[in-house]
Amino acid sequence: MAIDEYAGRSLGWAVADGIVELALDQPRANEIGLTMLEDLERFAAALPDLESQASALIIYSKQKAGFSAGADLVQLYTFIEQRDATSAAKEVRGFLERIHAVLNRIDTSSLTTIAAVHGVCFGGGFELALTCDLIVADKMARFCFPELRLGLIPGFGGIPRLKRDVGNGVVRDLLLTGRSINATKALDTGLASQLAAEGEALRLARATATQITKFDRGASAAAKQFIKPLPAEELHREIDIFCRLFPLPAVIQGLRKFVEEKSAYPYLP
Amino acid sequence: MKNLEQTTDEILELAAEHFKVPRASLQAKDDFFKKLGIDSLQALELLTRLENHFGVELPDYEVAGVSDFRTLATRIQARL
Repeated sequence: MAIDEYAGRSLGWAVADGIVELALDQPRANEIGLTMLEDLERFAAALPDLESQASALIIYSKQKAGFSAGADLVQLYTFIEQRDATSAAKEVRGFLERIHAVLNRIDTSSLTTIAAVHGVCFGGGFELALTCDLIVADKMARFCFPELRLGLIPGFGGIPRLKRDVGNGVVRDLLLTGRSINATKALDTGLASQLAAEGEALRLARATATQITKFDRGASAAAKQFIKPLPAEELHREIDIFCRLFPLPAVIQGLRKFVEEKSAYPYLP
Repeated sequence: MKNLEQTTDEILELAAEHFKVPRASLQAKDDFFKKLGIDSLQALELLTRLENHFGVELPDYEVAGVSDFRTLATRIQARL
């Protein structure tokens, strides 16, 4: 059954004039937990039909806070606290494999994909943006891999994808310092392809997508497949490293600090 | 080059404008989290605003533990 339009609990999509728009819309900052994973899986299942009628996909956020603050750490902490270490590790691996399947599917879509990013684009949210062919960054966007603050590494495929897009020095800076960078820096490093005035990222993404609809879909898909290989082996290794780190004490301590932090600081190092 | 007072003034101006509070209500020694009633996501917005305005990069670990406008200004001043 064709699903040209869908409104789920955490996101929705619609296709018009050869452009699919996937809008993330879960308060407060599109945190990626089970609800969003299920909705993303629905989207991935609808992709074959969407790809037959469109040339471009724009992923953007309707939440003021930003594109996505990443994994739902409150849900993850609650999940760990309710299980023994072995069960938690097994289920986390299962979650990662599901999210990887979805992100890999978006990554390899025949559509030319554009992330229109405003506000926070952290952790898993950054990893979702990195599945896209192009990132249009609002001047107020910030990109970050904060996972080391939690004793982890990015687990949704971020490192292999970031390595694909920017120099290794930039990858080391973001990963090993856990600092966030602004949109100007993102543009300078080649992470973002365009810088938008505040509030204009979606408009610029739509203009870019409209241009893409002028090209032969088959030729665009062939070009994309040629220049953007999926780093499959590294993606598998990333899951293994994440799962090796996950049971260590630093992780539960980091998550507890984030969840129980009563001050205003959670998203700051 | 701006001096610390000028930088501090500009930060107060930018914060007032961004969070839509009267400029006169903010002072350099104020705890910006408490005074503005903001959390870390909103503090990151202010950080971005300041980076764009001053044309600097201010790694967020430099801002860790900083809560008053004057200390924030010294961090920015060090990068001008």
